[in-house]
Amino acid sequence: MTVRRGYKVYVDVGAEFSDEGELVPKYLIWEDGTRYEIDRIVKHERCASRKAGGAGILYVCRVRGQDIRLFYEENYRWFVEAKTL
Amino acid sequence: MERSILHSDMNCFYASVEMLHHPELGEKPLAVGGDPEARHGIVLTANYPAKRRGVKTGMALWQARQACPEVIFVPPRMDLYLRFSRLAHEIYADYTDLQEAFGIDESWLDVSACIDSVRDPLTIAQEISERIKHELGLTVSIGVSWNKIFAKFGSDYRKPDAITQITRDNYKKIVWSAPAADLLYVGRATKRKLAAIGINTIGDIATCNPKILCAHFGKIGYILHTFANGRDETPVCPENTVSPIKSIGNSTTTPRDLVNNDDVRMVIYLLAESVASRLRDQHFAGSLIGISVRDNGLFSFTRQKKIPMPTNISDEIARYAMQLFAANYQWEKPIRSVGVRVGDLVADEYWYQTDLFVDPKMREKQLKVDVAVDSLRRRFGHDIILRGQMYFDRVLSGLDARAEDHMVHPHSYFERGNQLGKEVFYE
Ligand SMILES: [Mg+2]
Repeated sequence: MTVRRGYKVYVDVGAEFSDEGELVPKYLIWEDGTRYEIDRIVKHERCASRKAGGAGILYVCRVRGQDIRLFYEENYRWFVEAKTL
Repeated sequence: MERSILHSDMNCFYASVEMLHHPELGEKPLAVGGDPEARHGIVLTANYPAKRRGVKTGMALWQARQACPEVIFVPPRMDLYLRFSRLAHEIYADYTDLQEAFGIDESWLDVSACIDSVRDPLTIAQEISERIKHELGLTVSIGVSWNKIFAKFGSDYRKPDAITQITRDNYKKIVWSAPAADLLYVGRATKRKLAAIGINTIGDIATCNPKILCAHFGKIGYILHTFANGRDETPVCPENTVSPIKSIGNSTTTPRDLVNNDDVRMVIYLLAESVASRLRDQHFAGSLIGISVRDNGLFSFTRQKKIPMPTNISDEIARYAMQLFAANYQWEKPIRSVGVRVGDLVADEYWYQTDLFVDPKMREKQLKVDVAVDSLRRRFGHDIILRGQMYFDRVLSGLDARAEDHMVHPHSYFERGNQLGKEVFYE
């Protein structure tokens, strides 16, 4: 279920744990129901989002040729920092 | 080798966490405070825009609204703040194992072991400040010095988002010219007493003959003198930082010796009321009740017990404390000092998860009474409403247990017994 609050869009995410215990998001379901495969993790780091409002681990994900900012929030939910309202 | 100590203080902590989570509010004045709907509760923290308009911590919500009509009240989310506090501790842990929490939003860090030719303490402070900003979206003010007292002074000296280094070269200029009240543990009452003997600045304390301070303040006089001269050697004590506030307690030395259970009950109720009220202010309830007792000789003891469910109701705390006392004291000597403490704290939103044998309606009533008493006292002073038993001896019950002189900080500096010989802090 996606829920949007301003620029903060909570999304359903499919993720995998690597053999080293790393959490790797594989796809997400956007608010219109479209499933987007994550082709590549460009980088991940601890980060706050002042735009969406929250903090956690930021995954910059390459999706259909574009970079999106996906956060694994400190409350264990996933949100996308939307580019537009 | 000289130690390198940082004191890191997250600015307007609760309000800043809320601002991060409410980007739509921008720089509007915001205050975190209990239940605005129920029209009670106080401001726990305000952001800078609200502070500039006169909103202060501890104000009743209606007073804050009077000072700043546009202020936006946000109910506290203790669990969220505790998680952000833990995230900050995780960042600190990348620099040292020696960190000591002081409340939920402040920490001392002994970073002596990371100092090398590349990194001096100031560089480490800058790095920590940048990381907290980037990773948590919050700002800190950090004090850097060779002892904990001046590091704490430095973090208070400039805020928000600032770093102040107090060195052997500048401490006389910066610290000594500051008002005495800026020194850790100079509260309002001590400040007044100091002023009465002509001591107004920290420099005045530092240069005063310690014997004079001792004559007026007892051992604490020596301690203040040591603090003011930067000679505090208290180590940064590593500890479990998952829940930084472990307990809230008050203790007091009584105006006369206590000679029977009725005397003790009076003091325990006074202390329990103040502890319960502070718990409610901070939105905590606790399920470990402790007492400390010292007689007029050398004997003292502490006892604690686990209770079935967390509480912040003064009557419950007092009853358990009294049970502990009655079961453990044989009245060989009169009593000089009593303390009450509540530990194993949880956010108070969980307190109503009652068990089978407790009447939740009764508890709700007791809580309502407590909250009403809080609000009366906030407006009209402590003595506006007292329990009947307090009239047995108004000298004894005239202690205002919320006054800072009796207050044990949520996380007392002297908690583990300090290195300087003062023995009156019980927590
Ligand atoms: Mg602070």
